[in-house]
Amino acid sequence: MAEIDSSGGGAKKGGKQRAKKMSTKIDMTPMVDLGFLLITFFMLTTTLQKPSVMQLNMPDKTEDNTTTPTPASRTLALIAGPKSKVYYFRGDPKDPNTKIEVTNYSATGLRQVIAENKAAVDAAAGKDKFVVVVMPMDKASYKNVVDLLDELAITGSERYGIVEPAPTIIDMIKKSGKFVE
Amino acid sequence: MPKIHVKKQSVSLDMTAMCDVAFLLLTFFMLTAKMKPQEPVKVLTPTSIAKAKPNDKDIVTISVSKEGKIFWGTDNQQIRVSALQAMGEKYGIAFTPAEQDVFRLTEAFGAPMGNLKQLLNEDAKQRNKEGYQPGMPCDSLHNELFEWVYAARQRNPAIKIVVKGDGAADYKVMKQIVGSLQEQNINQFYLLTGLETKPAGE
Repeated sequence: MAEIDSSGGGAKKGGKQRAKKMSTKIDMTPMVDLGFLLITFFMLTTTLQKPSVMQLNMPDKTEDNTTTPTPASRTLALIAGPKSKVYYFRGDPKDPNTKIEVTNYSATGLRQVIAENKAAVDAAAGKDKFVVVVMPMDKASYKNVVDLLDELAITGSERYGIVEPAPTIIDMIKKSGKFVE
Repeated sequence: MPKIHVKKQSVSLDMTAMCDVAFLLLTFFMLTAKMKPQEPVKVLTPTSIAKAKPNDKDIVTISVSKEGKIFWGTDNQQIRVSALQAMGEKYGIAFTPAEQDVFRLTEAFGAPMGNLKQLLNEDAKQRNKEGYQPGMPCDSLHNELFEWVYAARQRNPAIKIVVKGDGAADYKVMKQIVGSLQEQNINQFYLLTGLETKPAGE
């Protein structure tokens, strides 16, 4: 580096022995490395763990909820079952032609089902007429229910309600032979 | 043509300024980073595309573990103490100032009222050991969660309910929680989830 050698060559003629002046510069590179490593660590750990919240509104039980029933043809029922399976049907459950199908929570599974049904209802009855009824079984995991609500948010199906599955519907699923316990 | 001599430059440069910046940022991140509170339950929340940030203040957090154990906690220390006093009165248990002090610093706990006194007198390490606390009862016969939330709401009626559930927990527990809180006319819940990016093209 560009330090000036101030020791003065040949200046020690029996005179005072001067201590050699040491350079005060040290190599900072490893320290900077360490600093940035720690910064990266803190940045990653602080920003990645930020949770978010999903708002869930349940109907008010004390209010009188007399609303006009939606036609079954516009209603898609999603029943979250155990083992990350989701059963679904559109239409009246009492109709013998109503078929229960089963799918999973992948992007090509449930999301497509919701999107297809939404498109069909939108085409038939107009926009914002698509209603989803979410019925989680007791054995469904919490993750499944959150995933389900998430898929509804992704597909933009805002009209949904969470209810308990009626025993007749559970029976229907069990009879369809598709039930996985 | 005369040769052009490229001046040889020193490759070492002064790192001091860079070092200063690095450590300034480091200090900033260290100070702003929140310490993870000691909690008796580990919860792995599911992820969702929801973007809303949770409230930091005036919340009651109901945690649900993998096994379906329920834990109650609130961010506000005053509410903790007043809820404890209200619950003590209700169940006829007197808590000493020392016990109240321990409770004031408890982020979350999950134990029936009968065990609470014993729990508060235990060593913090033992108390917060995973799987040690039995969880708060929340069934139709013996619904203490209902009482605790009610006690917190007595102090602050505007308090928000945040449900922090483990993805692997059964939905049945959620149904119980939501059902019992709807009894006291709480219809708005905030489900704590991890962040997930919205899939493209939707």
